[in-house]
Amino acid sequence: MTENLSALLYLVAAVCFIMALRGLSSPVTARGGNMYGIAGMVIAIGTTLASPGVVSYWVIILGILIGGAIGTVIALRIQMTALPQLVAAFHSLVGLAAVFVAAAAFYLPEAYGIGVAGNIKTASLIEMGLGVAIGAITFTGSIVAFAKLQALITGKPLVFTMQHPLNAAIGVAIVLAIVWLCVGQSAAAFWVLVILSLALGFLLILPIGGADMPVVISMLNSYSGWAAAGIGFTLNNGLLIVTGALVGASGAILSYIMCKGMNRSIFNVILGGFGGEQAGPAGGAAAGDKTVKSGSAEDAAFIMKNAASIIIVPGYGMAVAQAQHALREMADMLKQEGATVRYAIHPVAGRMPGHMNVLLAEANVPYDEVLELEEINRDFAQTDVAFVIGANDVTNPAAKTDPKSPIYGMPVLDVENAKTVLFVKRSMATGYAGVENELFYRDNTMMLFGDAKKVCEDIVKSMGGGH
Amino acid sequence: MDPTTFQSNAGALAKSARDLAGQADVLAAQAGALAKAQAVSGIDPLVFGLSVFVLACFVGYYVVWRVTPALHSPLMSVTNAVSSVIIVGALIAAGPAGFNFSKVMGFLAVTLASVNIFGGFIVTQRMLQMFKKKTK
Repeated sequence: MTENLSALLYLVAAVCFIMALRGLSSPVTARGGNMYGIAGMVIAIGTTLASPGVVSYWVIILGILIGGAIGTVIALRIQMTALPQLVAAFHSLVGLAAVFVAAAAFYLPEAYGIGVAGNIKTASLIEMGLGVAIGAITFTGSIVAFAKLQALITGKPLVFTMQHPLNAAIGVAIVLAIVWLCVGQSAAAFWVLVILSLALGFLLILPIGGADMPVVISMLNSYSGWAAAGIGFTLNNGLLIVTGALVGASGAILSYIMCKGMNRSIFNVILGGFGGEQAGPAGGAAAGDKTVKSGSAEDAAFIMKNAASIIIVPGYGMAVAQAQHALREMADMLKQEGATVRYAIHPVAGRMPGHMNVLLAEANVPYDEVLELEEINRDFAQTDVAFVIGANDVTNPAAKTDPKSPIYGMPVLDVENAKTVLFVKRSMATGYAGVENELFYRDNTMMLFGDAKKVCEDIVKSMGGGH
Repeated sequence: MDPTTFQSNAGALAKSARDLAGQADVLAAQAGALAKAQAVSGIDPLVFGLSVFVLACFVGYYVVWRVTPALHSPLMSVTNAVSSVIIVGALIAAGPAGFNFSKVMGFLAVTLASVNIFGGFIVTQRMLQMFKKKTK
């Protein structure tokens, strides 16, 4: 296959990838988009296999078979609630693959046409250095994110003194290692760069708390794209550059949307430590003499049976309790009673962008009943019941009224405007931000203490689902 | 025409021919230098790659803003699968005959990227299959 032909086929693959992202603008076209993505990948791999330098097919087929089998089994078995961990784990693989490809190019530059070993073009070395650094950071960063999401290590921010100076020092050392790589062309420089970057990825994500994971995952998504683009520059491969840019831009936009959903800057999130230290002072003052009205599942069933309109506000607690199916059953019964039931999704609900939407879709909730914050927020005032299940900070009116609150300025769902607010919660504990929620003490609020799934099932029973 | 005029005319002609030849020589040398310069300073692959990169960033920016927020999870998993196109670089490393360090690296990268490609596309498909409209 001539070089021109393969370049053209790579172009076709790149267009397929753009179409794959384009398809996601609506659930109707999304499945077709995914097919474009698969087609693009097949074209890309086929074109590379047909290039003259590739001759030992057995190694490649073996690799694809092993990897493909593992990937297929994992993807078919994974629970939808474990999706954030899965995505984090997959990101780490892209990062590691980028490091391996760069190592291969460093030891055998002839195969890629970027010079000979020991005398690689400087431009290629800079690109390679950047690709390796970003790839290695993505690898360890994603592993930490995975461990946090899988609860292998605590979701609380792990902060230690000298953290930021240490990270900054490693950052400077990485730049110096890239310079050393370009000047000295030595293997030692290459591996020092890899080790420094691995350490930085680890230290960067460690201090970030569990509920900031939507930002972290989006950011790592973005990094995996930039790593691919860096390798694309090294290998002068247009397809890798285009794809890396697409993925990088996508992750960056998602990070931006998530940060905006919390009214925090990306630096505030990356520097970490949020939600750990402020817990005491912000919470303590508000409680004390106020009383909380708590109710049983029967009370909740009675209130909702008499409601004409209900908005359900799900949060991470619903995912933890795997309550989405019980919740949908409850909503079905309410619809049979003649009520309109809709769902309101806050941008940062859950542990990854769009997490709640996937869980509700899994429970067969039609996607046209699930609305975003801006679409539905005004409707709370004309709603009889707001049913908050496993969410807390995203409903806290302090974000609108209390300039001293750490969450001040964050867009929140105006659930307090509904006639009655039902709060499903395990205890009176504060949410991730460590802020007391004054909603719990309002006259029109009723707390339903218990596991989210259990509460929904009990409500279904009391509404007459038993017979 | 007398012989002396003829002689001087011929001399002038020869002179201008010599001048022309000289000029042609200079021109040829310049053309050669120009061609050589072009070969050296022609568009660097880095610049070319950079233009592609920047344009692709813009395409990505506009396409991703149009993605509906409900599908942000599938967006992450599909971009994850797509970024495994890094397998192209791995194939080139694993492809050549013989056995060396780069080939081992290439093999490992092919395996990792394959996990991602298969896993990413399948899990995306699973998610998208669940998004249904109201039936009644």
